[in-house]
Amino acid sequence: MEILRGTGASQGVALGRIKIIKQKNTDVTKHTIENVAAEIARFNSAVEKTKETLGVLYEKTVTEASEAEAEIFSIHIMMLEDGSLTDCCESIIYEQSVNAEYAVSEAAKVVCAMLVDTNDDYMMARTADVEDIKNGILTSLTGENGDVILDENTIVFAHDLTPSQTINLDKSKILAFVTEKGSKNSHTAILARSMKIPSIVGVTGCMRAEFDGLECGVDAEEAAVFIEPDEKTKSKIFVRGEVQKSREEKLRTLKGKKSITKSGKEIKLYANIGGEDDLDSVLQNDAEGIGLFRSEFLYLGRAELPDEETQFCAYKRVLEKMQGKETVIRTMDIGADKQAACLELEQEENPALGYRAIRICLEDTDIFKTQLRALYRASVFGNLSIMFPMITSKDEVERVTELASCVRQELKDEGISIDEDVRLGIMIETPAAALISDELAPLVDFFSIGTNDLIQYTLAADRQNDKIGNIYNPTHPAVMKLIKMTCDSAHRAGIWVGVCGELAADTDITQTLVAFGIDELSVSPGYVLAVRESIINSN
Amino acid sequence: MQEFTYTIKDEIGIHARPAGNIVKIAKEAKSDVSMECRGKTADLKKIFSLMSLSVKCGDEVKISVSGDDEAEICEKIRRYLTENL
Repeated sequence: MEILRGTGASQGVALGRIKIIKQKNTDVTKHTIENVAAEIARFNSAVEKTKETLGVLYEKTVTEASEAEAEIFSIHIMMLEDGSLTDCCESIIYEQSVNAEYAVSEAAKVVCAMLVDTNDDYMMARTADVEDIKNGILTSLTGENGDVILDENTIVFAHDLTPSQTINLDKSKILAFVTEKGSKNSHTAILARSMKIPSIVGVTGCMRAEFDGLECGVDAEEAAVFIEPDEKTKSKIFVRGEVQKSREEKLRTLKGKKSITKSGKEIKLYANIGGEDDLDSVLQNDAEGIGLFRSEFLYLGRAELPDEETQFCAYKRVLEKMQGKETVIRTMDIGADKQAACLELEQEENPALGYRAIRICLEDTDIFKTQLRALYRASVFGNLSIMFPMITSKDEVERVTELASCVRQELKDEGISIDEDVRLGIMIETPAAALISDELAPLVDFFSIGTNDLIQYTLAADRQNDKIGNIYNPTHPAVMKLIKMTCDSAHRAGIWVGVCGELAADTDITQTLVAFGIDELSVSPGYVLAVRESIINSN
Repeated sequence: MQEFTYTIKDEIGIHARPAGNIVKIAKEAKSDVSMECRGKTADLKKIFSLMSLSVKCGDEVKISVSGDDEAEICEKIRRYLTENL
């Protein structure tokens, strides 16, 4: 047995036989042609044919993966229609009286050089697209379709797969992808994930000819490829695969079901997300709403603050996509530990306990009001709740709700319509907030317990620090007491209370949280169904 | 001719997907459409031309549209930029 390692790009395990897919032979010979006009016509008809093929690939990808994944092919069509590549080809044929195949490969070099010249990683990576298009035209010219015939249970080994190669392969026969090149973010990795095919990329030395046809095991979680696996490895992979399969099947049956405990209490099972890209997985995993939408992505990695219009458009898109399901958007939760150039925060000794989140918002109220205006303007497009982070006192809550009411009045005076029923809630993530939750509850519409910070502040233990990992204990009695206290305060005031930290996804704790009377759990989209199962099994 | 400037706020700048969408709008136009960034000018009807500008977050771009439908196209591009980039 030989073990090769790489980077897991799409999760899962597989056992099958290796098929090495060599790169298409792109060596083209140069020869002179007599009839230039005829050669140009031959070239143009090949371009048209390539466009048709790309159109088919687009449709195929929409069905097999999603429209977002398919877009790359419509961009390829645009690249063909762009003229940069095709004009260059035509002039090479015309000026040098050479065959179209040669002209295409020369023209591709010119365009690639232009992209490399930008000296920009992203644009340089687009040379792969140009190569893909070039190969498409060459295929159309030669008439060879280059399709690979696969046996059942194949594990594809390749140097790197182009998007069109990936989508053209018969997925019913492929168990896994192993590539020598490629990154987690390459198109192929993204496609593999959306098609749920295990993939390992960056596996150096996987293209040895003698591997072809050998038995192989793939474990993407361990990022390991086993060539001719021994019996022990095989049975380990087999068992893991079976466990995963039956688990997934079981969880899939829970889609569309309500999250109700044995004693009949319905729990709102929501998802936590950090950007618009995650919305699809929220809906795919059947989350009943969004319990924590982190608005930080709007502020990070940019030089200027996001203006009201930018924010409004983003919130509107999210709310529309959620089609009336409750969507809890948390206002900006940033401190000196995050890269937010637009906020110009000073370095701090202890950013976790420093100038952050609501503390910035209450100091620099313009930033806060811009966000609130954008949120309220978007509120008419869905079912919005607004949540404020890092609360420690009654005064903060009063100031926050007053600012919110100012913004509502302002918008109304400007004749802008807003949803009057937007609920305002706070995060309970400091021990202080939990301890005075009885005083805070009457001031708001809901509580959401942010366990990650609550645990870290209660136990004085940084959760990023491995050395004190044993102290960071999510189920420490002190933490449990604070959660229970918060639940009781909420219910006495007649408001709902949820948990949106990682603890919410810990199915060993679900029963305890249910017993505390928790009304809502918000977890990463991938955990929704597992937590639903756990709720259904709780008393 | 109509012109406007816009500062790119998207983290990754004008990458392939938005570039494709901008070209889609420009191609529908009867007018000539161009974008200027850091002294270089790109024909917005050509995706390679736009991509080779490699517009990044924080860059200021100038859009110029000239032709019969300049007002309409100018507005379409402005809307696309503000909503997406």
